[in-house]
Amino acid sequence: MIINHPLLGPRDSAEFTYKGDANLINRPDPETASPQDWHDYAYLRDNPAGPHRELWFHDGGDRSWLVVTRNTLTHEITAVELARDVARAEGRSK
Amino acid sequence: MTQKNRLSGGQIGRDTTLKFTFDGKQYQGHQGDTLASALLANNVRLMGRSFKYHRPRGPLTAGSEEPNAIVELRGGARQEPNTRATTAELYNGLTAKSQNRWPSLAFDAMAINDRFSNFLTAGFYYKTFMWPAAFWEKLYEPIIRKAAGLGSLSMKPDPDAYDKGFRHCDLLVIGAGPAGLMAALTAGRAGKEVILADEDFRMGGRLNSETLHIDDAPATDWAAQSVAELSALPNVRLMPRTTVIGAFDHGIYGAVERVSDHLHTPDPGKPRQTLWRIYAPRTLLCAGATERPIAFDNNDRPGVMLASAIRSYANRWAATPAQRIAVFTNNDDGHRTAQDLLAKGVKIAAVVDTRPDAPRADAYEVLRGAQVIDTKGRLGLTFAEVKLADGTLRTIECGALGVSGGWNPNVHLTCHQRGRPTWDDSLAAFVPGGTLPPGMSVAGAAIGALSTHGALTTGAAAAKKALGLKGRTPATPKAEDAPVSQTPFWYVEGCSRAWLDQQNDVTVKDVKLSHQEGFRSVEHLKRYTTLGMATDQGKTSNMGGLAIMAELAGKAIPEVGTTIFRPPYTPTAIGAFAGRIRGMEFHPTRLTPSHYWAKERGAVFVEVGNWLRAQWFPIEGETHWRESVDREVTATRNSVGVCDCTTLGKIDVQGTDAAAFLNKLYCNGFAKLAVGKTRYGLMLREDGIAMDDGTAARLEEDHFVVTTTTANAARVYQHMEFVRQCLFPDMDVQLISTTEGWAQYAVAGPNSRKLLQKVVDPAFDISNEGFPFMACANITICGGLRARLFRISFSGELAFEIAVPSRYGDALMRKLMSEGAEFDVTPYGTEALGVMRIEKGHAAGNELNGTTTALNLGMGRMVSKAKDSIGSKLSERPGLNEADALIQVGVKPVDPSKAITAGGHLMAETGPVNAAHDQGYITSAAYSPSLGHMIGLGFLKNGAERLGERMRLVSPVTRLTVEVEIASAHFVDPEGERLRA
Repeated sequence: MIINHPLLGPRDSAEFTYKGDANLINRPDPETASPQDWHDYAYLRDNPAGPHRELWFHDGGDRSWLVVTRNTLTHEITAVELARDVARAEGRSK
Repeated sequence: MTQKNRLSGGQIGRDTTLKFTFDGKQYQGHQGDTLASALLANNVRLMGRSFKYHRPRGPLTAGSEEPNAIVELRGGARQEPNTRATTAELYNGLTAKSQNRWPSLAFDAMAINDRFSNFLTAGFYYKTFMWPAAFWEKLYEPIIRKAAGLGSLSMKPDPDAYDKGFRHCDLLVIGAGPAGLMAALTAGRAGKEVILADEDFRMGGRLNSETLHIDDAPATDWAAQSVAELSALPNVRLMPRTTVIGAFDHGIYGAVERVSDHLHTPDPGKPRQTLWRIYAPRTLLCAGATERPIAFDNNDRPGVMLASAIRSYANRWAATPAQRIAVFTNNDDGHRTAQDLLAKGVKIAAVVDTRPDAPRADAYEVLRGAQVIDTKGRLGLTFAEVKLADGTLRTIECGALGVSGGWNPNVHLTCHQRGRPTWDDSLAAFVPGGTLPPGMSVAGAAIGALSTHGALTTGAAAAKKALGLKGRTPATPKAEDAPVSQTPFWYVEGCSRAWLDQQNDVTVKDVKLSHQEGFRSVEHLKRYTTLGMATDQGKTSNMGGLAIMAELAGKAIPEVGTTIFRPPYTPTAIGAFAGRIRGMEFHPTRLTPSHYWAKERGAVFVEVGNWLRAQWFPIEGETHWRESVDREVTATRNSVGVCDCTTLGKIDVQGTDAAAFLNKLYCNGFAKLAVGKTRYGLMLREDGIAMDDGTAARLEEDHFVVTTTTANAARVYQHMEFVRQCLFPDMDVQLISTTEGWAQYAVAGPNSRKLLQKVVDPAFDISNEGFPFMACANITICGGLRARLFRISFSGELAFEIAVPSRYGDALMRKLMSEGAEFDVTPYGTEALGVMRIEKGHAAGNELNGTTTALNLGMGRMVSKAKDSIGSKLSERPGLNEADALIQVGVKPVDPSKAITAGGHLMAETGPVNAAHDQGYITSAAYSPSLGHMIGLGFLKNGAERLGERMRLVSPVTRLTVEVEIASAHFVDPEGERLRA
């Protein structure tokens, strides 16, 4: 596969390490989250047959985390974003 | 007379005579021959024995689809089994042996199987070798493997090199027949970057095998001119001898280039094969078509071949399998074979055409509406039995029979991403359809354009369209455009032992039997009968099987469907996939800065991850590793030892939020750590399980150096970047791995300070007051060399770790050794390191094993409740905090002479020994030279409350049962007086 890195352009997927569901960005708020929220965050993952937002680490490159939207049926990649931008957009900060 | 079946003409270099042997007998051929063409020229039709019945077999084809002529090529360590004689290029000195026969090819004792064919039908193995189950591994499987099976391995290491390479282009053209050449010309002339790959060593495809004309000149001339033009274009790369084996995601293609297979041995420095990864946004598949046979009884005798293959041998290689040949066809293409053979002076016995309205010919006899129903000849064809239109039988004498049942487009690569071909009624064949791999289009015979004109025009048009070229489609050269109509004719009515799949010995009868026994899915048929398996993957047999299945089920062929085509297109050597990554190059070898010094000292090394670390340093007179390790431990505890700990991961953390970041990362607090201090840190996973441990040293307000365990260095770094980028994206903090930037040595033992004082520059006070336990600092040594000093201890002794830029690592180690001579300084390896950490009760990888929490490790109170950190919330789960949770303890044998081994489980002194009574387990064990007996670390339920208790340590695996006493994990210096000295 080829991942179109937002900063570095098209790169072979062999340069990356796969982590999984991009929902891992949405770590519960330690002030307000319930035990159930923590359980869901740690253990529950969607496994869709179709578009899937997932985390890839460019360890053979610039070491950035990316959010890749990949169709699990066709491997078509429709979006690649810096995970940091995604995290900020979802309200994460410090 | 040699080469008695050599004809005139052909594309072989007659000036060059090549000698070769087959089954020990000497033959001669020419430059440009394949092994098969050279053997045929020498009147050798018998080239192998079949897989199951050991029936005599000769080549069916003239290409990579060959099911029969499979040989062992070369000898010694280069012996290669299951090589197709039809694609093996002849070279001087080639040696080949036939396979799957004993004692010889002409007399094969296992041919007895053929007599018992009634018992060896579809599913024979499944039905016969069922009971008792225990017989499988010991009896049935070895017997079957010996009797069936193809070639044998040399069992020696492959002496050749294999490479991997990467190439990029605008357009990849697969196949250099008329369509592929025309496409490459169209794209190449337009200035596009083109790769043209073909599995053959001579480009031109079918044009090389035919007597066609293009622009009123022989088509072979056009092919040669086109290849010459393309090779002169700087933007076109020709890759002959290169098989595109698979279409992978996002326009990535795998291609094997046989760089040296046509040579006796590879040229110096050259690989045998190269596996290319070709990145192509657009690909044009011009893979051509494969002729399909017709099934009739005993259609597998040597001499029965595809009509197009006989034509290839005659036209391209000037070789014929016999001097008198018959043709059996259901289409016009078969007649071409008769015409071409006649032109070369070969006698045509007859053309048997299934069509009542078949074209007549003056030069040879055409038997219209007739069928070949059987053949004769023990080791090769002698007679064909023909049933004429009026039902009478006629025996025709012939040494070869060309069979043509029409052509199947080579759709394989269009299906590599689960696309399914569609059925074309006018061709009675599958053509590319459904969803092709993105970026791929198809032209020429592969898409069903079976005439030369069709190939040229579709090739040019597809290239233009794929690349979005503007303007008129350039005129294509003039070529034959004979109408193609293929009517299905799969097998002769009433046949039984009629071979569909010659490689797996699957007959028409077997397919019928499997249908009768309920195997209705095409995938089940394949697995039950083995139709379409093995090296040829059914390239000449699948369609026949499908057609019969469809007929039996009363369905149309497209309803039955095909099996899924998967890479690789042709068999690929495992060596090509491995490339250079084998032996010591299987993974990188990382050497520590003191490696060459340690080697001089005679160190024994151990692989730790990719690192080579000194395990111990034997000295003269030591005969057992324990002697060395015990000495190293004792010397360190009594005076001073030095150990290379460079391999620990070192991560530089800088930024105004560095402390806040570490506070999130470690379960214990880091915000208040003073500059110049180091702290032990435990990292949890978000689920509350311990991930890794290490130290973080605050060198400056905004600058920390974090260490990780050797094994987890990469993983922890990745985790830290995840926390930084994905969870706390606005923290001002930067990370970089500096593991290889700094050489780091542990200097441990009561004399460690005295030794270091000899190398640390006098400006730096490293006394106990000036540099207390857990201090850290940037310093200089040896008169100005920058260094880092940490007062941390894994051994439990007064100890330091000193780091210098890696390039000074070797020099520093030698300096420490020479300056330490007065203290009898002793280098120690990973074994002594392990013994000392067990004596001290420090957790390592055995304890941080992915199942243990901070509580288990005896560090439950370290998890700060005052702050949020990764894993802190889920570590509070009740299930991880039960009253009888496993707690790390030490164990020692009640009888000091007894052994303790890791992996054993702790049980009560009396009572049953089983999982229900399991109290805990041992993770680490070592002989403690400091205590004079073995000790262990492990986890015990409610362990902290059970010190002094006696238990049984049992290991059913090693049959160990030993009485042990539960002890504090801190066997040596439990109060920590030494490390604070």
